[in-house]
Amino acid sequence: MKANFKYNIIWLSLMVVGFILMNTLILVGIIDSFLENMLVVIGINIILALGLNLVVGFSGQFSLGHAGFMAIGAYATAIITSEHPNTLNFYLSIIVGIIIAIIAAIIVGVPTLRLHGDYLAIATMGAAEIIRIIINNLKITNGPSGMFNIPKFASWPVVYVMVCITTIIIANFVHSRAGRAIKSVREDEIAAESLGIKTTFWKLAAFVLGAATAAVAGSLDASYLQTITPNNFGIMESISILIIVVLGGIGSLTGTFVAAIVLGVIDTALQSFGPLRMVIYSLALILIMVFKPTGLLGRYEISLPRIFARKKEAKS
Amino acid sequence: MQTFWQQLINGLSLGSIYALLALGYTMVYGIIKLINFAHGDIYMLGAFWGYYSINLWHFNFLEALLSSMIVGAASGVIIEYFAYRPLRQAPRITALITAIGVSFFLENGMSYLFGSTARDFPQVIKQVNYNFGGVLISNIQILILATAAILMVALQFIIKKTKMGTAMRAVSVDADAAELVGISLNKTISFTFAIGSALAGAAGVLIGLYYNSIDPLMGMTPGIKAFVAAVVGGIGSVPGATIGGFLIGLLETLVQSVGLSAYKDAAVYLVLIVILLILPAGILGKNIKEKV
Amino acid sequence: MHKKIINSIATIMLTVGALAGCSTASSGSKGIQATGNNVKIGVNMELSGGAGGYGNQQKQGIQLAVDEINQHGGIKVGNKKKKIKLIIKDNKTATSTSASVAAQLTNNDKVTSIVGPATTNAGTAQTPNITKAAVPAVSPSATDPGFTMQKNGKVQPYVFRACYQNNFQGATAAKFTYNNLNARKVAVFYDNSTDYGTGLAKSFKHAFKGKVVASQAFSAGDKDFNAVLTSFKSKNVDAIYVPGYYSEVGLIIKQARQAGIKVPIIGTDGMADPKLAQIAGAQNASNIYYTTPFSISQASKSATARKFISAYQKRYHQKAPTFSALAYDSVYIIKEAIEKEKSADSTKIAAGLAKIKNYDGVTGSITIDKHHNATKPIAIESLKNGKVANSIAIK
Repeated sequence: MKANFKYNIIWLSLMVVGFILMNTLILVGIIDSFLENMLVVIGINIILALGLNLVVGFSGQFSLGHAGFMAIGAYATAIITSEHPNTLNFYLSIIVGIIIAIIAAIIVGVPTLRLHGDYLAIATMGAAEIIRIIINNLKITNGPSGMFNIPKFASWPVVYVMVCITTIIIANFVHSRAGRAIKSVREDEIAAESLGIKTTFWKLAAFVLGAATAAVAGSLDASYLQTITPNNFGIMESISILIIVVLGGIGSLTGTFVAAIVLGVIDTALQSFGPLRMVIYSLALILIMVFKPTGLLGRYEISLPRIFARKKEAKS
Repeated sequence: MQTFWQQLINGLSLGSIYALLALGYTMVYGIIKLINFAHGDIYMLGAFWGYYSINLWHFNFLEALLSSMIVGAASGVIIEYFAYRPLRQAPRITALITAIGVSFFLENGMSYLFGSTARDFPQVIKQVNYNFGGVLISNIQILILATAAILMVALQFIIKKTKMGTAMRAVSVDADAAELVGISLNKTISFTFAIGSALAGAAGVLIGLYYNSIDPLMGMTPGIKAFVAAVVGGIGSVPGATIGGFLIGLLETLVQSVGLSAYKDAAVYLVLIVILLILPAGILGKNIKEKV
Repeated sequence: MHKKIINSIATIMLTVGALAGCSTASSGSKGIQATGNNVKIGVNMELSGGAGGYGNQQKQGIQLAVDEINQHGGIKVGNKKKKIKLIIKDNKTATSTSASVAAQLTNNDKVTSIVGPATTNAGTAQTPNITKAAVPAVSPSATDPGFTMQKNGKVQPYVFRACYQNNFQGATAAKFTYNNLNARKVAVFYDNSTDYGTGLAKSFKHAFKGKVVASQAFSAGDKDFNAVLTSFKSKNVDAIYVPGYYSEVGLIIKQARQAGIKVPIIGTDGMADPKLAQIAGAQNASNIYYTTPFSISQASKSATARKFISAYQKRYHQKAPTFSALAYDSVYIIKEAIEKEKSADSTKIAAGLAKIKNYDGVTGSITIDKHHNATKPIAIESLKNGKVANSIAIK
């Protein structure tokens, strides 16, 4: 426990250093608002993909409905902060979004998590589409026009902090007793059950936590872009989050970071290619998958204890 | 009453389109357990092939249909060879992402080459409406319904009665064991892709002719619906795909005829979830017992 | 475990609190000054994704306009002629990409004005970034009434559009349907996947004096409308109002006529496209009406429109669609603004755009009103056998 504490402190200081570094770069002007935009979008994608990786990568439940939960968070923030724009309400709206997403995740998860593999994927996809269609037809959400002129509270420091918090929570979850339980479900559900692990409970726990992080990402997205529409949260959005997870390596948090950054940079760089943009993007996707089927990093994780251990070995 | 029969016809003709597409999904999934996201896009390729072969080389309907089946089969085999075969041992989710990549590639590549605006399909068969006591049926609707029925029977025959069909069934149950008894895995899988994609190519021409409008993104929505139909019917089962297709078609028509058209897709997904909860492998799917 | 997490969160929060104070970026930009011998115009457009088809039509209109202007020496800025440098970027019909494209155009490419995006949602997503940079944008086709407005009811200083807003078109169609077509019982069948269809349906229903007996929705990409049309048929409606784009409306017309529904079908400028009659089939496209600013038959009276139509035909070998005409006009009103203000600085262009009055565009005489909407005469065209048969100007 004490050792863990040490590593957490180191991680924390790394995060603070990262923050100061970015802040300086912005103040100096190296990161202009275009780059800042890209970094924020990458940050939001990291939160989304971390949550989905927990569900798909660590608990082994193939979900294609992540965008539905993101929509819940986004609309919670949009509706609440448009009514009463102040910072307190922004954080309140994130919490409201999380709570609704958790309730929705339980409603969706309890029945569907009995399904396996592709059946679960298609059922969660269906559930997310139902959420989107309901939003598309409600009055309070302004239908397909979506909502715009949403007050902006999610500046880049907020997004950065949220990325850090999500990472800390998910990394700690994965390395805890709970994490070992969900990984055992992934490896062999029947064996896990025979050892007395409540597989249904842990599957649901991972699913709910994933949904909660998606809601946070949705809130940030709505507040940063100041515009949302139901079409943002369709099947294609769920798929693009899944692409980040698989490309980075299923079950690797580090991989998720790497893939989100790589894809974000590729996507932004291709903006100038006009109609060829998506052609190049899709070719890159196919090639990476064919030549690196386990994703960019497989299940590799950066781990401080290991790095320190290696250094000690080198010394002795 | 007249309205009821007309809606039934509407539902059946929409269902036959989903069934036609679902057949291809179900075959490919049955054999390599891959959701072939690019299936809807092969259907789009078939439609574009029909468009150009009729407009440029003045093919008649039958020539266009058969040639687009060949084009569909060829593109299916090529896609399988380059994009899916290298990943046969990889995790299934990786193959799925590749399939999505192929789908993006076909959609955007075609948009780039031919433009993304909708275009009208050449009317090689003139649409004629038959009137049965106020209920209208067009010759093309009958054509699609008949084609779907014939193809389903033919597929069932291939799978149950021919040697290749036996090989396909063997591979779908246990690929390693099938290889041990001398079945060529690559050949069987290529054959399956060829048949499934030929069906999509044929569907492209038929549906292009029926709706008279094609565009590079036309495969997206029906592709997902057809997949849902295949899952509802029990993926891997040919009669299941047909039943699923008709079920989804009738359901959509029902929801729209009572005035809830804004929720028609939601209704489809809701029924999907409910059916999967009652019958986890779909209506005609085989439920495999878990072994410890 | 939990204590640790809470501890970490608290630490970060404190750090942020301390740092956030100094991280506030300088706001209140003075806009982008025009430099060099070019006038840089950015294009933030839907070139791929759901609205890719419409975006590419607009791109064609923009390129036609820019090439024409450059052939004539460019835009007269003060007493010097400067050529336009066009910077085209794809936003793939996504809001987040549209915001990013706007940031790139204003920050890196230093454009002093933007044409696009085509859709309202992509348009509102770019608004914060262009406002920060003080660069005006003209959208050829963002129709939501709130598009040019801020939340407090003030106008967005840098957002303009070259098209009508929904309320105007929907109300005109409602009046025409009631007075000219004598329809009392109508059905509304609208595109539920965009603000365009829902907005127009709402304003039509609001303004229509008769009875709306059925209201149903479709979404972009749908191909089969038989079920809804059959239900309309059983209700014996006098007319059907179909706000949407030509890809779907063309199919609705075809399927309605084949199902034996012969009543008038009324639509909007989204279907004013030669493709409509091709998709519907010429024999089916009769008794069709739509509200439009740009009318091919009226073009004979306007030299600007005649010139545009023949130039478009020559370059792209097809009849000019409305989307291209609107985009073409968007470029020209930017040119007009620059020449009137004698400066290509971004804030000057914005000031100039707000003052556009009676500009003779392809889509009619354009005046930018105080809410930055383009007001121009509206016409209703009717189709007979796929051809424009009549064009009625509505006051």
